[in-house]
Amino acid sequence: MARPVQYNITDKPLEKPYSIVQGPEGYMGEGFFASKLSDVVGLARKNSIWPLPFATSCCGIEFMALMASHYDLARFGSERVSFTPRQCDLLMVIGTIAKKMAPVVKQVYLQMAEPRWVLAMGACASSGGIFDTYSVLQGIDQIIPVDVYVPGCPPRPEAVIDGFLRVQELVGSENLRRRNSPKYKELMETYGIQ
Amino acid sequence: MALTNEIIRSRLMEKFGEQLTGWEEPYGMLTFTSDKDLNLKVLQFLYDDVELGFRFMTDLCAVHYPNEEGKELAVVYHLHNMRENVRIRYKIFTGIEKPDVYTASALFSAANWMERETYDFFGVNFVGHPNLKRILNVEEMEYFPLRKEYPLEDQKRTDKDDEMFGRD
Repeated sequence: MARPVQYNITDKPLEKPYSIVQGPEGYMGEGFFASKLSDVVGLARKNSIWPLPFATSCCGIEFMALMASHYDLARFGSERVSFTPRQCDLLMVIGTIAKKMAPVVKQVYLQMAEPRWVLAMGACASSGGIFDTYSVLQGIDQIIPVDVYVPGCPPRPEAVIDGFLRVQELVGSENLRRRNSPKYKELMETYGIQ
Repeated sequence: MALTNEIIRSRLMEKFGEQLTGWEEPYGMLTFTSDKDLNLKVLQFLYDDVELGFRFMTDLCAVHYPNEEGKELAVVYHLHNMRENVRIRYKIFTGIEKPDVYTASALFSAANWMERETYDFFGVNFVGHPNLKRILNVEEMEYFPLRKEYPLEDQKRTDKDDEMFGRD
């Protein structure tokens, strides 16, 4: 006998037969399309962010749920999780960073090529969390600049997706000259990074 | 014949007499104390003696008693006789001003890292240790974190507003 299934028993029609990213603003005519290069580059970058998960503790488990089929970060163009910093765009620091781990995080950040972004997932990575103690770094922004903080202990996958969308916003709208600006250099210098 | 606490005690008393004090048996585990300069002699005797044969060091740690003046730091040795499956505990006390204790690392290799850990967290200076430096904490640390001298939280942080956390 078939089980009495109550939910999701009727097929839902798709809203659109395909899913595609909206193109940038520009002028279109017969056989040409003109737009800003920065918009196109931003569009390409933000929809193919390669994350590097630096997972040290319980938030890492939540990150696994995020990458798995139910929440599926791949929908946002990030199915390619990489474990080599040189190929990655986004450093996701996931979990408690002990003071002894701090130079390792910094080393990983330094090995990433510009442009690079950082997302701090969870209370520990953002502020030390419950570990207000001698051995734990009180937030990774003491050693590297952070773009987006996702609070929570641990944050739900939805919260991380929200944080990730904010990273996408930053990536998509970033000025192509930002990384060469004196202001950015100044910021890097405060962290002792050349 | 099984190695009982009475046998261990009488054997030690024969050798060291009144130099060993503080005999206790909490939960059946023989515990005793001696002067800190005697620690290697006692450990060596426990190791060498055919009848006793405590040849395995299970644990070495320290305890801070801030109110016991002149003997603030206790160094605790846990020894195990594997053949008889008997465990004993041996404590020595030292002042916190000059916490020098002879190292047991020549006798028990296991003591090497455990003494480094004890130094790391309590600042016990193990005289004669081959490599006495921090093992678990960052090397730049300037204090011994498990001494009961510090408030629980990091005092150097500026981003947490005391009012928000219910502290004055």
